Amino acid sequence: MRPGPSLFNRIAVGLGLLFLYAPIVLLVVYSFNASKLVTVWGGFSTRWYQALLHDDQMLAAAWTTLRVGLASATVATVLGTLAAFALVRHPRFAGRTLFTGMIYAPLVLPEVILGLSLLLLFVSLGLPRGLWTVTIGHATLTLCYAAVVIQARLSSFDISLEEAAQDLGCTPTQAFLQVTLPNIAPAVAAAWMLAFTLSLDDLVVASFTSGPGATTLPMRIYSQVRLGVNPEINAVSTLLIGMVACGVIAAYVGQRRSTQRR
Amino acid sequence: MTSRQSLGAVRSSFAPWADPTATPLVRFEAVTKRFGAETAVKSVSLDIYEREFFALLGPSGCGKTTLMRMLAGFETPDEGRVTLEGQDLAGLPPHQRPLHMMFQSYALFPHLSVERNIAFGLQRQGLAKAEISDRVAEMLALVRLEGLARRKPDQLSGGQRQRVALARALAPRPKVLLLDEPLGALDRKLREETQFELMALQQRLGMTFLVVTHDQEEAMVMADRIAVMRAGEIVQTGPPPEVYEAPNCRYVADFIGEVNLFEGQVETADGRLVRLSSPVCPQGLEAAEDDPLPKSAAAWFAVRPEKMVLHPTPPPPGPNLMQGKVADIGYLGDWTTYVVEVAGGQTVRAARANAARVVENPVDWGDTVWLTFARDAAVVLSR
Repeated sequence: MRPGPSLFNRIAVGLGLLFLYAPIVLLVVYSFNASKLVTVWGGFSTRWYQALLHDDQMLAAAWTTLRVGLASATVATVLGTLAAFALVRHPRFAGRTLFTGMIYAPLVLPEVILGLSLLLLFVSLGLPRGLWTVTIGHATLTLCYAAVVIQARLSSFDISLEEAAQDLGCTPTQAFLQVTLPNIAPAVAAAWMLAFTLSLDDLVVASFTSGPGATTLPMRIYSQVRLGVNPEINAVSTLLIGMVACGVIAAYVGQRRSTQRR
Repeated sequence: MTSRQSLGAVRSSFAPWADPTATPLVRFEAVTKRFGAETAVKSVSLDIYEREFFALLGPSGCGKTTLMRMLAGFETPDEGRVTLEGQDLAGLPPHQRPLHMMFQSYALFPHLSVERNIAFGLQRQGLAKAEISDRVAEMLALVRLEGLARRKPDQLSGGQRQRVALARALAPRPKVLLLDEPLGALDRKLREETQFELMALQQRLGMTFLVVTHDQEEAMVMADRIAVMRAGEIVQTGPPPEVYEAPNCRYVADFIGEVNLFEGQVETADGRLVRLSSPVCPQGLEAAEDDPLPKSAAAWFAVRPEKMVLHPTPPPPGPNLMQGKVADIGYLGDWTTYVVEVAGGQTVRAARANAARVVENPVDWGDTVWLTFARDAAVVLSR
């Protein structure tokens, strides 16, 4: 049997977790605060959640975020799958290294720069900024994450399965749809969940690319906080944390299932 | 040779390749394939006839799989052409070729059950549902997997998976079945059984099989004809007994089975008998050979270990006699192989069938023994 972690390790892990999660726990606890003052505990209450239901601006922002998330995650997953497929299946095409680099660049590119360049693009194209520009921006941001997840699965996928499908009468497209896609589906689902989660909590790209009438939830929260924190913000943040946590867990489970199937 | 004699122990009446009027089913015409700077297949020409069980045999990297993949349509020849029933296959993608392949990894679709794997090719052909289920049932019976129709591939053993892959490739009734190392992943016992099963199946269905293998025993047992490949070229093509008993070069002699090669210089070659002078044998080496060879050219006698005769006491002097010391003995049960070190340091293998359980005067390590071989036991090779 392996000995348990030493006292030092336990303290180190404890401090690390405290550092990461104390603010979040505090936020969740204070979202159930009855007092109107954020820093004073006035007893347990769900009044701020009820208040949220009547805050039309907040609900509109949530609805916007949800639509942007669904659309951008879908676009990013489709494009990410195609990009991953090109990278894994055609390892010899010209400019592959450049293409790989360009796919992965947004992973390390500062979001501010990505947001700014998207804004410049939309302005120069004369696109009216709104829901669609935020969606495009988020699709750009999350595409690389989706591509990484799907590429990892595809690279371990036996290419002779596709050849067998073609040998038995499938065109390359049919082989992809009937054989490859069903087998990498968990990874595709994981990629979608990841993209959706990233879109939900993005503030920077959304701030740059959105226009009037397309305020996302993180933008709404941020602008309200600048005027002063109120407990309603805690409540909406708690809900957002819950959704993101669910998304991340679903993505993780999906990826694990796809690895175990191999 | 008289008409009662033939090479090897098998008499076969199936020999379309010997019939000048027969038209081949598959034809490779001077096919060349390059990968970058490397030439995987060098100007290979090959005819395969209907109902033939043909084996491409060679070490890994000799181009045998590339040759097969060009027939399946996964690779395009750089030069030459591949035809099926006289029709050029160039430009025809894999899914339009009436050939099916059994992959080395089996490539079963993990998300589909056994029956849906087998039905896959039939559905692509657009057959009616009833016909598909009939054909699937027939295939399951053929490979004896009736009870496992609803299993997923990961719930099957290696042997069962191999049979599903076979059934899946056979179901759409291909003109030629391509098998890429079909028995490579099976253990020895199962491999032997499956060899005979494949042969019986091929006979019963009257189909043309093309198998790629690196295992010479597999090719010898199953195939009507073998093409031995080396570095992208076909070195010799012929029925197994011919390839074994009449190899055309040292490479083939050495690759198929075991062989003793005796190098020497041609003393005389009169169109009936070749005499070599060789350091291993003071009285010279003699072999029956019709083809005349130039005098004092280098030549080799290839003699199989089972055709070497081991004498514990000195036989009367004459050609093809050599003396040596036993360096190693390999007892295999059915056979015993003696490794004998003869003059000049060459080791010679002699195999004896263990026809009796009790042996008088057995041979021991270090014993002095004498080896001979008959004049018609040796193959004369000039390359």
